[in-house]
Amino acid sequence: MTQVITANHPSLRKRKQKNVLPGFNLSLGYTILYLSLIVLIPLSAAFIKTTELSFAEFWETVTTPRVVASYQLTFGASLIGASINAVFGLLTAWVLVRYSFPGKKIIDALVDLPFALPTAVAGIALTAIFAGNGWLGSWLEPLGIKVAFTPLGVVVALTFIGLPFVVRTVQPVLEDLEAEAEEAAASLGANRWQTFSRVILPALYPALLTGFALAFARAVGEYGSVIFIAGNMPMVSEITPLIIITKLEQYDYAGATAVAVVMLVISFALLLAINGLQWWSSRRNGSAR
Amino acid sequence: MNKTFKSFVFSLFVTLGLPAFAETSILNVSYDVSREFYKDLNPAFVKYWKDKTGETITIKQSHGGSSKQARSVIDGLQADVITMNQSLDIDILHERGKLIPKDWQKRLASNSAPTASTTVFLVRKGNPKNIRDWNDLVRPGVGIILPNPKTSGNGRYSYLAAWGSVIKKGGSDADAKDYIHKFFKNVPILDAGGRGATTSFVQRGIGDVLLTFENEVSLITNELGGDRFEVVYPGISVLAENPISLVDKVADKRNSRKVSQAYLDFHYSDEAQAIAVKHSLRPRAEGASDKYKDKFKPLTLFTIDEVFGSWANAQKVHFADGGVFDQIYVK
Repeated sequence: MTQVITANHPSLRKRKQKNVLPGFNLSLGYTILYLSLIVLIPLSAAFIKTTELSFAEFWETVTTPRVVASYQLTFGASLIGASINAVFGLLTAWVLVRYSFPGKKIIDALVDLPFALPTAVAGIALTAIFAGNGWLGSWLEPLGIKVAFTPLGVVVALTFIGLPFVVRTVQPVLEDLEAEAEEAAASLGANRWQTFSRVILPALYPALLTGFALAFARAVGEYGSVIFIAGNMPMVSEITPLIIITKLEQYDYAGATAVAVVMLVISFALLLAINGLQWWSSRRNGSAR
Repeated sequence: MNKTFKSFVFSLFVTLGLPAFAETSILNVSYDVSREFYKDLNPAFVKYWKDKTGETITIKQSHGGSSKQARSVIDGLQADVITMNQSLDIDILHERGKLIPKDWQKRLASNSAPTASTTVFLVRKGNPKNIRDWNDLVRPGVGIILPNPKTSGNGRYSYLAAWGSVIKKGGSDADAKDYIHKFFKNVPILDAGGRGATTSFVQRGIGDVLLTFENEVSLITNELGGDRFEVVYPGISVLAENPISLVDKVADKRNSRKVSQAYLDFHYSDEAQAIAVKHSLRPRAEGASDKYKDKFKPLTLFTIDEVFGSWANAQKVHFADGGVFDQIYVK
């Protein structure tokens, strides 16, 4: 999000017509080449592999009840996980930016840990804690709350791996947001809720949405941590990436890529929608800045 | 300067020199839990080959989930030999890429399987749920742990053992289907692999009985506290063959057929069979099963071919998409 801010910065806005640095063609060419090599070519391979199936076969593969149940779990749990992170990630970023307290640096570093930890380790650790004989599981299970080996466990794992995205995207924007703006709002008669919802939140929306989208995208593709805690029961706690792996285990390459293609299309549509929302909200709030 | 140059030349030789001496090493691509077995078998073969021919040979190992390993070979991993725990994962080398002939399994004795195992039960100390045989597994309130048959060879054998136990007692396919539905009602979770299921049963304390290979059970009782568990041998179970094969195309290309073949034959030697027994794998070479009779509990074992026709058929009917296993969960 920092790029957006610098691009809108008054000192740069004047020279928008003429770039200081030359080389637009060269850099654009490189961008396209780079994106093609890293993103487009591998992804198009998935689409090409799918053409081994006739459309009827493709449709049957991607709409069997087991696969459909897995889409619901994967996208549903990812949306819930990303939403939880949007709320608590914002809170965490707020605390880290606006207050100073002993141990702040350590907490700041803790946020990045889900990035660094191998996902399998995260999955095993979460399972050990939330299983019926684990630290938390042994407290929760008598209350009738089963986390490990249920869809709830999937949400927990996806929330865990998505946390850094929201915090790290919101944090720099919040740092740039001067406390004076809030003081001005207060002196103009806004109450606390109004200050939050009319002054702070609109400025944070684009960053928050980006963080949400990143956390969501990461969660959709997550495999390593989830398979340990999910229990992997067909129709109940089986995620789509596991369906893909299962198909590969049976040498069903075309079936695996068919499901992958559906996942890609849904993910792309959702990310596009989030981007659209972001564009809309930043335009609507453009005057507020 | 001179030193830098020397080390540069040295590293160049190391890098370029490797392929030139490639025929003195062979690669054995294997499944996940054969690590310990080959750690003992390979040095024995190296010594045997040195004594016999004077050549020093290196055997490289690659381990991983069996289907993943087979896929790597199809995709070009230069494996001279492949050693798996079910013939399906070697058949695929013929079907895709024609790396081996169709009748590869007829090339060596005992269906090309020098060792075998079987599916047995592991229960908690004192056997609190009194689990003695296959019938006891489907009683209400019994939790069965096994890996997902769709992703794990171990799970596939357990599933087929359960199905075959009904057929072998004179039951019909409908009886077996009824049994397997009740069976999976008692399965609370499905781990992706054998070791994952072991962890769920042993560390997380889930379920009352773990279905897994006999050699895996002895590993659990040896390494994870034998006093917490008991082994239960069902009246009948499946013969889980561990087939091995030369990967002809690779061996011919790398000119390693002679030593690779000798390596495979060595699996049937007295020495190798003794190593297998040490790792609780049932020896299958001629005479070896009699020799080690008292080491293994005598069990009635049926083969996959006997009950299901062939592995390919079992796979198609039971584990393919929409097959019998899928029907358990999708009504």
